[in-house]
Amino acid sequence: MTFMKFATASALAMMVAGAAAAKSDITLAMQLEPPHLDPTSAAAGAIDSVLYSNVFEGLTRFASDGSIIPGLAQSWEISDDGLTYTFKLAEGVSFHDGTSMDAEDVKFSLDRARAEDSANAQKALFGSIAEVEAVDASTVKITLSAPNGSLLFNLAWGDAVIVAPESIENIKQAPVGTGAFKFANWVQGDNITLERNPDYWGTPAKLDKVTFKFISDPTAAFAAVMAEDVDVFAGYPAPENVPQFEADARFQVIVGNTEGETILSTNNKMPPFDNVKVRAALAHAIDRQAIVDGAMFGLGTPIGTHFAPHHPDYVDLTAESAYDPEKAKALLAEAGFGDGFTTTLKLPPPSYARRGGEIIAAQLREVGIQTEITNLEWAQWLEEVFKGKDYGLTIVSHTEPMDIGIYARPDYYFQYDDAEFQAMNTALEAEADVAKRSALLDKMQRKIAGDYVNGYLFQLAIPTIAKAGVRGLWENAPTQANDMTGVYWAE
Amino acid sequence: MLRFVARRLVSLLVSLAVASCVIFVFVEVVPGDPAAYMLGLNAQEDTLNALREQLGLNGTLLERYLNWVGGMLRGDFGTSYTYRTPVSEMIGERMWISLPLAIYALTLSTLIAFPAGIWAASQRGSLVDVLVMGFTQLGVAIPNFWFAMLMVLLFAINLRWFSAGGFAGWEAGFGPALKSLTLPAIALALPQASILARVMRSSLLDTLGEDYIRTARAKGLSRRQALWRHALRNALIPVLTIIGLQFSFLMAGAIIIENVFYLPGLGRLVFQSIAARDLIVVESVVMLLVFAVIVVNFLVDVAYALVDPRLRVRA
Repeated sequence: MTFMKFATASALAMMVAGAAAAKSDITLAMQLEPPHLDPTSAAAGAIDSVLYSNVFEGLTRFASDGSIIPGLAQSWEISDDGLTYTFKLAEGVSFHDGTSMDAEDVKFSLDRARAEDSANAQKALFGSIAEVEAVDASTVKITLSAPNGSLLFNLAWGDAVIVAPESIENIKQAPVGTGAFKFANWVQGDNITLERNPDYWGTPAKLDKVTFKFISDPTAAFAAVMAEDVDVFAGYPAPENVPQFEADARFQVIVGNTEGETILSTNNKMPPFDNVKVRAALAHAIDRQAIVDGAMFGLGTPIGTHFAPHHPDYVDLTAESAYDPEKAKALLAEAGFGDGFTTTLKLPPPSYARRGGEIIAAQLREVGIQTEITNLEWAQWLEEVFKGKDYGLTIVSHTEPMDIGIYARPDYYFQYDDAEFQAMNTALEAEADVAKRSALLDKMQRKIAGDYVNGYLFQLAIPTIAKAGVRGLWENAPTQANDMTGVYWAE
Repeated sequence: MLRFVARRLVSLLVSLAVASCVIFVFVEVVPGDPAAYMLGLNAQEDTLNALREQLGLNGTLLERYLNWVGGMLRGDFGTSYTYRTPVSEMIGERMWISLPLAIYALTLSTLIAFPAGIWAASQRGSLVDVLVMGFTQLGVAIPNFWFAMLMVLLFAINLRWFSAGGFAGWEAGFGPALKSLTLPAIALALPQASILARVMRSSLLDTLGEDYIRTARAKGLSRRQALWRHALRNALIPVLTIIGLQFSFLMAGAIIIENVFYLPGLGRLVFQSIAARDLIVVESVVMLLVFAVIVVNFLVDVAYALVDPRLRVRA
């Protein structure tokens, strides 16, 4: 009897201990550290990777599948002419400093983003907004200067999150948002800690604490995961190790899609690339699968146009630029470059560019195009290639979601100037009807594929390595984010 | 003596002024716009201009130089472009990792090198000597980052005695903080210890051949007594010079080891700042290091002059 009591008591004790030991904190590593913590005044994806949906929320937001769902705005009405959007805000929302979130804060945030002296990296998102009006505490009316079919999508970006005038002063060091986690601490150069917001207005987070750790070196990343110093490595930088993690029962490997179209950007105004036949020759000279296999160790999906393959409106146009070196040679001969030519290939630091560049150079050599490879730092690349347009070819991944509109900007660095495409883009921007938008997007994808504006290579994939017990991570990355609000540990 | 110090002081100030010009010009001519780096591929021209205005990047080169130097004279190192925090604060924080790491590594290397060097010299030609010379040869030849990776593989991944990198923070306590610096310190100390041991050995062998050692031996001291009482002290001078050089190397040169162990030290700060074109941080850190080196040189000059009066005249 005594023994039974003892056994029961110890079993109980063990159960209690077991429950207490269930992990409620997580350490997530990523390669880049945010420069500061204001998502509304920098392009650095690392800022959103830490804060998006965790600390800051916008009127709308991206779900993990890329669709747009309500955020701080619970519902909205669109006027028949498409010019007025009336948002109904969620009730009882407060910022982490205790002040309440209301229509005035929304007006402040959006006006700040589109102001004359705004330092918002995506200011164009707000270009169509003519006026933001706080009708009452929980109603916001946005009036547009012209219909904009992608307004709800634009408002979901990390650059459009709602901030408070009371805390804007110190946002770069101590961000105050409305999210399920609040900012706790930043050891610069090492980690950022978030804690659960006990007063969250929506579904509370399951974890008590999230630590973001910054490890830039691929070898160090490998060691940190193997030594189990970190629980998750989002955007693991050495794809060559992925099979090893797949074979290890301690880990799970999640390979997700991103919005990154990796392209062989071509200077459309620089001879000989001003000749469409030369650009077509480039497209046929490239073996996409070989690049994915060689540079990315098999991670990535070949693309034939500037559009994400997982998007419902994607058109598979890879056949239009199928690998065919003989055809490429013939096209070059037709264009008057039977003996080939020499051009520059300027590569920014990411491994997709550096490794991919070597392979592309070899493939182009096969058809007679010689490339002089230059490795550039990002800052140099921005100066020389992006701003100075002093390049023949370069490789870069365009990670912004739904960015086919860049082809309508004649002064953009690849200098594609086509009136027909620009008209299509203007029509798309004004169109709110889903079916008509799809039709327009279809035409736009075909147009840039047919004009061989750039060499479309592959959609960037990101491998995430996580401990086997971690659940609820986003699989794909419709925007750069590590949404931790639904993450938990399995028993 | 006063005139000597005054003359040295003037040359110190001139060196600092010249150094500040050189650093500023070199860093500013590197192509790359910090605002473009921060705002990325979709930024509009007016946004870029607004940010440049906020960062004070729109002034002329001379204006910006005078701003920078004027600020430093008042103890204000400016504000980082990307992090938007005062540079002095950032340097202060990073210093709390780089300085202890350098001291830790130097202590380790001295603790290894002294006994090894002395032992090898005292038993010249013996098996011990051969072993010490062999191992130090290896220590000089092995790149420290590779050695660091091997240690991570063994101690962090297989044995789990240490974490693979990162810094626990001094607020976590002295023990954990020291523990996270241990593997990096060993990796930094190994080549330094090897060099130091070899210098120690050869310097000691040199002094052991001096006349005064023979005299000491003739007066009846054992070989061991002569070594500890007379030879060692005199052999220390070149060793101390090397230690001094190593210390400044450890402060500024730990960039690679800091990357392998992802330690947020001074070296990594400079590294990141260069990539992000955070020019003000690069300029200020480099200027600080130059300042330290110039001041140390000045103090050494003065100390030499105090010890050896002949130097005052020559200088």
